Amino acid sequence: MKRCDLLVDAGRRRFLSGAGVAAAGAAAATVIPSVPAKAAVPAARVTYPSTRLGNVKDLKLNQPVGVAYPDAEAPGVLLKLGKRVPGGAGPDGDIVGFSTICPHKGYPLAYSADRRTLNCPGHYSVFDCEAGGQETWGHATQNLPQYSLRVDQKGDIFAEGLDELLYGRLSNVL
Amino acid sequence: MAYKRQIDRLPIVPADAKEHNVVCHYCIVGCGYKAYSWDIDKQGTTAPTGNKFNLDLSKQQGPDTDAWYAPSMYNIVKQDGRDVHLVIKPDKNCVVNSGLGSVRGARMAEMTYSSVRNTEQQRLTDPMVWRYGQMQPTSWDDALDLVARVTAAILANKGEDALFVSAYDHGGAGGGYENTWATGKLYFESLKIKNIRIHNRPAYNSEVHATRDMGVGELNNCYEDAELADTIVVVGANPLETQTNYFLNHWIPNLRGTSLDKKKAEFPNEAVEPGRIVIIDPRRTVTVNACEVEAGADRVMHLQINSGTDLVLFNAWLTYIADKGWTDKAFIGASTKDFDKAVAGNRTSLEEAARITGLTVDQIRQSAEWIAQPKGGGARRRAMFAYEKGLIWGNDNYRTNGALVNVALATGNVGRPGGGCVRLGGHQEGYSRPSDAHVGRPAPYIDQLLINGQGAVHHIWGCDHYKTTLNALQFKNAYKRRTDLVKDAMATVPWGDRQAMVNAILAAIDKGGLFSVDVDIIPTQIGQGSHVWLPAATSGEMNLTSMNGERRMRLTERYMDPPGRSMPDCLIVARLANHMERVLREMGKADLADKFKGYDWKTEEDAFMDGYHRHEKGGEFVTYARLRAMGTNGFQEPAVGLDTTGPVTAGTTTGQTPGMVVQGPTIEARGKEPAQKSEPSAAASTVPVASEGGKIIGTKRLYADGKFNTKDGKAIFMETKWRGLQASGKEEESKKFPFLINNGRANHVWQSAYLDQQNDFVMDRYPWPTIEMNPQDVTRLGLKQGDLVEVYNDNGSTQAIVYPTDRVKERQTFMLFAFPRGVQGNVVSAGVNEFIIPNYKQTWGNIRKLADAPEAVRGLSFKPQDYVAS
Repeated sequence: MKRCDLLVDAGRRRFLSGAGVAAAGAAAATVIPSVPAKAAVPAARVTYPSTRLGNVKDLKLNQPVGVAYPDAEAPGVLLKLGKRVPGGAGPDGDIVGFSTICPHKGYPLAYSADRRTLNCPGHYSVFDCEAGGQETWGHATQNLPQYSLRVDQKGDIFAEGLDELLYGRLSNVL
Repeated sequence: MAYKRQIDRLPIVPADAKEHNVVCHYCIVGCGYKAYSWDIDKQGTTAPTGNKFNLDLSKQQGPDTDAWYAPSMYNIVKQDGRDVHLVIKPDKNCVVNSGLGSVRGARMAEMTYSSVRNTEQQRLTDPMVWRYGQMQPTSWDDALDLVARVTAAILANKGEDALFVSAYDHGGAGGGYENTWATGKLYFESLKIKNIRIHNRPAYNSEVHATRDMGVGELNNCYEDAELADTIVVVGANPLETQTNYFLNHWIPNLRGTSLDKKKAEFPNEAVEPGRIVIIDPRRTVTVNACEVEAGADRVMHLQINSGTDLVLFNAWLTYIADKGWTDKAFIGASTKDFDKAVAGNRTSLEEAARITGLTVDQIRQSAEWIAQPKGGGARRRAMFAYEKGLIWGNDNYRTNGALVNVALATGNVGRPGGGCVRLGGHQEGYSRPSDAHVGRPAPYIDQLLINGQGAVHHIWGCDHYKTTLNALQFKNAYKRRTDLVKDAMATVPWGDRQAMVNAILAAIDKGGLFSVDVDIIPTQIGQGSHVWLPAATSGEMNLTSMNGERRMRLTERYMDPPGRSMPDCLIVARLANHMERVLREMGKADLADKFKGYDWKTEEDAFMDGYHRHEKGGEFVTYARLRAMGTNGFQEPAVGLDTTGPVTAGTTTGQTPGMVVQGPTIEARGKEPAQKSEPSAAASTVPVASEGGKIIGTKRLYADGKFNTKDGKAIFMETKWRGLQASGKEEESKKFPFLINNGRANHVWQSAYLDQQNDFVMDRYPWPTIEMNPQDVTRLGLKQGDLVEVYNDNGSTQAIVYPTDRVKERQTFMLFAFPRGVQGNVVSAGVNEFIIPNYKQTWGNIRKLADAPEAVRGLSFKPQDYVAS
């Protein structure tokens, strides 16, 4: 069972191996198909903004802070979990950020501080903030989109990417 | 670390994309989907005019939008040999699911065969044969010639009883009316095979004999009844995980109270309020939790009974309800018989029932009140009864099933809005076969016969005993031993010398060997023993018809090519029959050869017209063209006519026509009344079908006229006395081993994970099967979450990873069923009921540690799976 270690990489490779997807990706944002004389050079992934979401000192243990990323239409949460977790940033590797739109049907997730999970009141899905947003139980066919976070020397927390497609948009950056 | 696809954009479905009707081919609910496909070099745009949804996709879409699809709903597949983009997304206009997608069905696209995106590369693309010590590809003609020669020789030398068959009997993937008809025609019309079994049990029998013997087909209501019921009674089922969108879209509105307007409109003269629910299950499932979240704990009764004692509870309900006078006397008088006999024979006091079931007297009394106490104003309470594998694969299947139907009949809850007494189902259904009467009852216990050395040739259609039978370890050992004899013999002769090869196989069979032919879409576990694999197409790679749990029949249209040279099962049957005819003629057996005429089908539609259209009740109204036009909503079987001509009963009944009585064998008709006409090859009905126009008129509920499926039209109450743990050896096992090894499904996983085993999202969550254990037991055994443990008893052993949770009681566990990396059936005894129905649920065993959590398990979430508001 080596597969688990490699899953993230495999997923990325698999997607990139889909030539059709990559080619289609860039033009997906193109509105008028008749104009371009030469094909656009496709980016394999969208270009994410680097967005300051807060500072380490703003975060209190296990108290969710509402944020939005990569734009105001995409609500999310920053959490300081007090222990090193997958995708965790900051000096203790314990700061994580997630989308809070359920990837099943787009309902807003609520944070359970007791369980440290994000839960969906629409259809009862549960995502584990301490396990990379893994769907502990639920209907979404993907785990919860998690932010790539960077913490600079001043303690400012920046989101710089997402690892799954956000609900309600066919491109993470609109 | 949770698996992430790292997909952050998807191609947009262009406005002119092709659109096909799709019904999810996994569970019985049969959610409606649409498949959109378009050329690989084209794509839609975010502008409203540039996409299928006519929306500005440069904007964030809101909840429940129709204009979003997850990466799992996308793939690149072949269509007529060309690469196309494919999106399969839930259909908002389907009344079954109203746009909801489950974690299983919403992965249909990702679970298609794609050589571009490397999905489901396990799919078989060529016929494979045991050659030079391994499975090697060959041509259809080569493979079928070998199968036909060996099979024909056995038929000629040993007779039909030496040909053993395992064949699915259902709808959806690995089934459908086309394919059940084809296999049925081969084995029940061309041949009269009696040594045959069904995909999930070791004999050819009904899982619900009792309700059928009482005259009540088991799929008798409609999904809307769950919105209309005053009380839903659910036994041994976990519908949030196993009939997900039926539960979310039809049960929850009732529990939330959002179906009240519908109730008021339907029942203007009686008191209505939000629904209540009674759940009988030893485990506190996510279903129980969701019901409490929506209805409030005071409108939910979770009866955590002692495993296997359901029958006693039902008898106590019947007794209490009868004594209180809460029965539907008019209905009982007009439409049933033997009520008094059943009440007398089943008399069980609340106290006695409490002692055996472990419930309190108050719980039993209160649940009976919720079922039958007349409502304010004196109106009859409408209760819907639903059951599934906890009952079906539980203790004393026949009597327990009968005991529950007794309560439904006594309270007048069959054939009425807000009622029904139904199995919830696993797969969709799609049974259409010639009579199986020659099989007999009880049917032969096939797995035991195979273990004991009987049978010479084994044809397997979409079954995997290694994962989905009881006594599985012993079966595997015997099966391997017998098929190895043939493999070793095959290795002694060159492949090109066909006569020598056949002779070597026949000689090995005479020494106790078994020649095994496996028809499937992937290499299965039982296929490890097989000598020939024949590659099948699945739903969407062929046109396929099925019906769901409310008998809703639809056509899934072919939206992509089958992998390689794989073919629909019905056409594999046809080509096998062609080869059988040729070989038997060569052998000079003209009389036998003639039996294999009538297989000149070129397409699956040919098989449909030969089977369902010509033979099933109301089939004369049903054609592919009409089904296609009726989309994902289809019609509810049986068909009774067309809107252009009005209902025509055509010599069969829907239960709507007073006095009409239906008779005949009912094996797996699954809620349809038996439908076979006298002659399997009888001419088509006199009702003209030349015109393709007209919408099919269906049947919303069975038995709405109070006429049941018995000779005199009266449903029969059944005496159902308690007799403890019925299957041989279970009582002793329960005393000998400390843990109940209860078992069942998990939301993420479809069936035996035959496709999921190559899905990264699922395998990330379930690298091994889980066994839920109470934290006290985990501590007592010195275990930790994620530990790999051995589950063992006198029947065998298997493995699972420990998931501590207090939703199982101490000394009770719950193991994921039928999972490839730890087969629960290994520890299930061979004990069955009088009709050879297995008893998976009442299994006891011990548990010991094998190893610490493997690497793949270490990052897993082991948190509670039930939703909490905060």
